[in-house]
Amino acid sequence: MNDIIINMRGIVKRFFIGQPNELQILHGIDLVVKRGEFIAIVGPSGSGKSTLMNLIGALDRATLGSYTLEDTVIEAARDAELSAIRNQKIGFVFQNFNLVPRTNAVKNVELPMMYGGVNMRDRNRRARELMDMVEMGERLYHQPNELSGGQKQRVAIARAMANDPAIILADEPTGALDTATGRLVMDIFHSLNREQGKTIVLITHNKELAAETNRILTMSDGVFV
Amino acid sequence: MNVYENVRMAWEGLKANKMRALLTMLGIIIGIASVIGILTIGDGVSNTVAGAMGSLGASNISVNLQRRSSDIPGNRRIFVTEDDRITEEMIAALVERYSEAIAGIATSRNVGGGQVRDGRDYANVGVTGINDGFLEVNAVEMLRGRTFNERDLDRGRNVAIVSDRLVNNMFDGDMDVAIGQEIAAYVGAAIYPFVIIGVFEHEMTVFNFTSAAERDISTPLYIPITTAQRILNAPDGYTTLTVAAVNTVDSTAFADQIANFLNRYYTNNEYFFIQTMSMESMLESLNTMLATISIGLSVIAGISLLVGGIGVMNIMLVSVTERTREIGTRKALGATNGNIRVQFVVESMIVCLVGGMIGIFLGSVMGYIGTSIIAVAILPTTQSIAISVGFSLGIGLFFGYYPANKAAKLDPIEALRYE
Repeated sequence: MNDIIINMRGIVKRFFIGQPNELQILHGIDLVVKRGEFIAIVGPSGSGKSTLMNLIGALDRATLGSYTLEDTVIEAARDAELSAIRNQKIGFVFQNFNLVPRTNAVKNVELPMMYGGVNMRDRNRRARELMDMVEMGERLYHQPNELSGGQKQRVAIARAMANDPAIILADEPTGALDTATGRLVMDIFHSLNREQGKTIVLITHNKELAAETNRILTMSDGVFV
Repeated sequence: MNVYENVRMAWEGLKANKMRALLTMLGIIIGIASVIGILTIGDGVSNTVAGAMGSLGASNISVNLQRRSSDIPGNRRIFVTEDDRITEEMIAALVERYSEAIAGIATSRNVGGGQVRDGRDYANVGVTGINDGFLEVNAVEMLRGRTFNERDLDRGRNVAIVSDRLVNNMFDGDMDVAIGQEIAAYVGAAIYPFVIIGVFEHEMTVFNFTSAAERDISTPLYIPITTAQRILNAPDGYTTLTVAAVNTVDSTAFADQIANFLNRYYTNNEYFFIQTMSMESMLESLNTMLATISIGLSVIAGISLLVGGIGVMNIMLVSVTERTREIGTRKALGATNGNIRVQFVVESMIVCLVGGMIGIFLGSVMGYIGTSIIAVAILPTTQSIAISVGFSLGIGLFFGYYPANKAAKLDPIEALRYE
């Protein structure tokens, strides 16, 4: 099995191409992440972190350069294939949780499996296991607005793990949490990385949290420094 | 991701927003309810009319003397003269030629409206002279006594067959007492005495519907046609008669044959000719007319469905905007554009379907009450219910597609960033 999970070469991202306000955000990024790595990407606002994350997460395609995720060439993929890649290979954890409203916790965890075509019984069983893993087994049927920030983020992590993705992509996962809760969330990431060998890409402002990871990449003006 | 899951998801979305869902449905509810109500009432009316006409004799053919044109140049002649009338000889020839197809022939002569009086008792009547075939052809049901015999007709006797209503008014409903009694009929300035020999049942149908008080309802008073001719001192011949065809004959085709036969007598008549019409074809054209009215009204009701559909689209667009982040999240979790499109289309279809079902219920209630006022209460046909359900789903699909497509095409990055 290939040991390299993310292989980005000369990634350039431009917006408003051909218009007067054309804007280049990424200026040739090279990024290689191995299976089981826990890396942090840090940098000031506007340095291109979010744009890079969108590219890693297959939410967007690069203007130039090549990106191979496991064995899939992203720039060649069509929209429907990108959806399938996001569904199967990537687990998103957002700063503001993004749980689907009016949908209880366990159903939220089931969502990626629903889109992945897992049958109802299997996905419910898997969702319960994942909820137990993040110690939310007691709150399966709570609506998102009945959960605290930390609880929401734990549900979101369980959801990110649903289809056993190749990487977990966490965008400021502790940004909306207090220090103690943030600590708890980081501990979950550490244990996922250590015990299940999950590859984790953490994007953060927080230098202390970044220091806990295997490798820190600092971005500035669209390049790693 | 199957249909059931989409339906459940949509249903839960609606439950979370009951008031809005209901308001969204309102247009659909009103539209479907009016269409169902109108169609049901239309069906009720046409059933009643068909029933009433059927009771008059579905295989009857009416034969009428008609003016050739409403605009005769030169010396205008609009009155029927003796030469124009349908004579006994013509009728006899007709019966002879088509003896196997004719079950009976009814002719009548109207003497006039009047009143039968005896002290303070009275009954309004229309005095009508009839031939021996009349009662059978017009399916008049005798309750007591006898009908006219040959001697009554030959001699033009002063005998009468009266309605049960007249017996109620004049003889406290005792038919046995009534038979044999002499009554005085006041018609215009004249008074005619008749001896009652029979009583028939007077049925109220949509054709003799009247706003008159129960006691004042006018009923026919039948006398022999010869008696009527004597009273009126009128010439022989008729302007109208009814031919009853035997059941096995196609009455519409037979009506044409009768017209052709009788019109041979009118080839040299500049002013008049014979026109025939079968009850069947009258019934048909009446039903066509009623159906046209129903469809016309339904189209108007359909406009409210259109407005309702636009309302659904409007709310769906609001809903898509409101749930932009949710759409972004779903896309990040692997939903394809198709998944999102189906989700919103199904939601819109569910709104319309639920609205349609409520509309069908309300429309049925409307139709039931409406038809019970006119005649016999009926419920909408399964066909109109099926069409309504299909139409609701169609509106949901049509007006839900644009918002759903807008949702499906959202850029996931933009959608996730949406505040």
